[in-house]
Amino acid sequence: MSAPVQTETTLPPFDVKATLRIYAVVLSVGIFCGVAIVGVYEITKPIIARNKVAARQNAVLDVLPRATTSVAYQWDDAAESFRIASSDAEGDGLVFVGFDDAEKPVGVAIETKGMGYQDFIRVLYGYSPQEQAIIGVRVLESRETPGLGDRIEKDPVFLKNFEALDVSLAGDGKTLAHPIEFVKPGEKTEPWQIDGITGATISSKATADMLRESSQIWVPRVGTRLSTFTTTEEGED
Amino acid sequence: MAVGLQTEVPGAADDFLAGVWKRNPVFVQVLGMCPVLAVTNTAMNALAMGLATAFVLVMSSTVVSTIRKIVPHQVRIVTFILIIATFVTIVDYLIQAISLGLHRALGAFISLIVVNCLILGRAEAFASQNRIGRSILDAAGMGVGFTLALLCLGGVRELLGAGSLFGVPLLGSSFEPWTVMMLPPGGFFSLAAWLLLFSGLKQRRERKLAGEAVT
Repeated sequence: MSAPVQTETTLPPFDVKATLRIYAVVLSVGIFCGVAIVGVYEITKPIIARNKVAARQNAVLDVLPRATTSVAYQWDDAAESFRIASSDAEGDGLVFVGFDDAEKPVGVAIETKGMGYQDFIRVLYGYSPQEQAIIGVRVLESRETPGLGDRIEKDPVFLKNFEALDVSLAGDGKTLAHPIEFVKPGEKTEPWQIDGITGATISSKATADMLRESSQIWVPRVGTRLSTFTTTEEGED
Repeated sequence: MAVGLQTEVPGAADDFLAGVWKRNPVFVQVLGMCPVLAVTNTAMNALAMGLATAFVLVMSSTVVSTIRKIVPHQVRIVTFILIIATFVTIVDYLIQAISLGLHRALGAFISLIVVNCLILGRAEAFASQNRIGRSILDAAGMGVGFTLALLCLGGVRELLGAGSLFGVPLLGSSFEPWTVMMLPPGGFFSLAAWLLLFSGLKQRRERKLAGEAVT
């Protein structure tokens, strides 16, 4: 019974030297680790940034088949116009204008996201003003169920929806003539409808919903300002 | 006989092979189950996770073994975890620099290498008590064993769940993928099958040894 009491009373006297050693060791290991992390961070930072820009560039050229280069543009809400952004810019209101070899704008890639079955799905889609249609879609990030929801990325029948998905502007240039609609699998009759996937209804509907919302805002903004896009800063005014 | 074997001075090969086979961290010790089940849905993810863990294991064992004599007993776990977390952070940056897609596929499980009990276990049980050379061999063996085990699971799951291996289609278009193998239950099923195989092998060996002892 008295055992615990005894251990307490027989505690060794406070050893300053041993305590200081504990501090010294933990502190020096901490400093060593901190320096190592900062070093690796500094070395890999430019590589990671380059990877991110390259991945985005690839995705943009993927959804705009005729484009060979792309330039990021930032939407300015106050001025209601676009201005050139740096290639590694991030945040809302960014669009990526694709240019062909003759430096003519051939389309605009726009990012959107929406709630899927598991988590947010991030999608990049390519809008061609010439065809007045969405001509390509790529899922940038999704955690949809493998084998079911992730078919929004792979299912050839579903992806066929986005070869020429009609998003024509209405006469006033401020709205879409026909907002994108989601229909049951195999019931697509109009070019602005998206056929769902059996077994992936939630994920495919989420994709259609985010495309509809985003295209209603961005297609009028982009479609009426096509002439303002150039590959360089000049001619922007 | 078994006692005699253990009291022998273990050679370099023994230190290495223990982790690969006899004391395989996954199939024999059943350690580090969280990444084993979570990121083995494809062979590529399994390989990347295995290599990342092996890297952290070898590096942290090296450092722990180097400073084993100056770390006070009371703060050894804190120090070990600090070292492990450092190497995990480094691995995290390295994977991002190598491939963003891979980093996305492995997700939070890279950071969670910190809490893989296998790594702290080797630091505490082996590296903190042995010379640097032996610690590196032990960690390398455990790392290789862990990677192989993850590959075993990832290979089976990808083959049955997607009909491919390392992204190369193998089973043809007529094969209907077993979606369940890509989902978490598939991880449990394949792990169970592998554990069954290994304990079966172990029992057979023991029966054989018992048989030899009798004759």
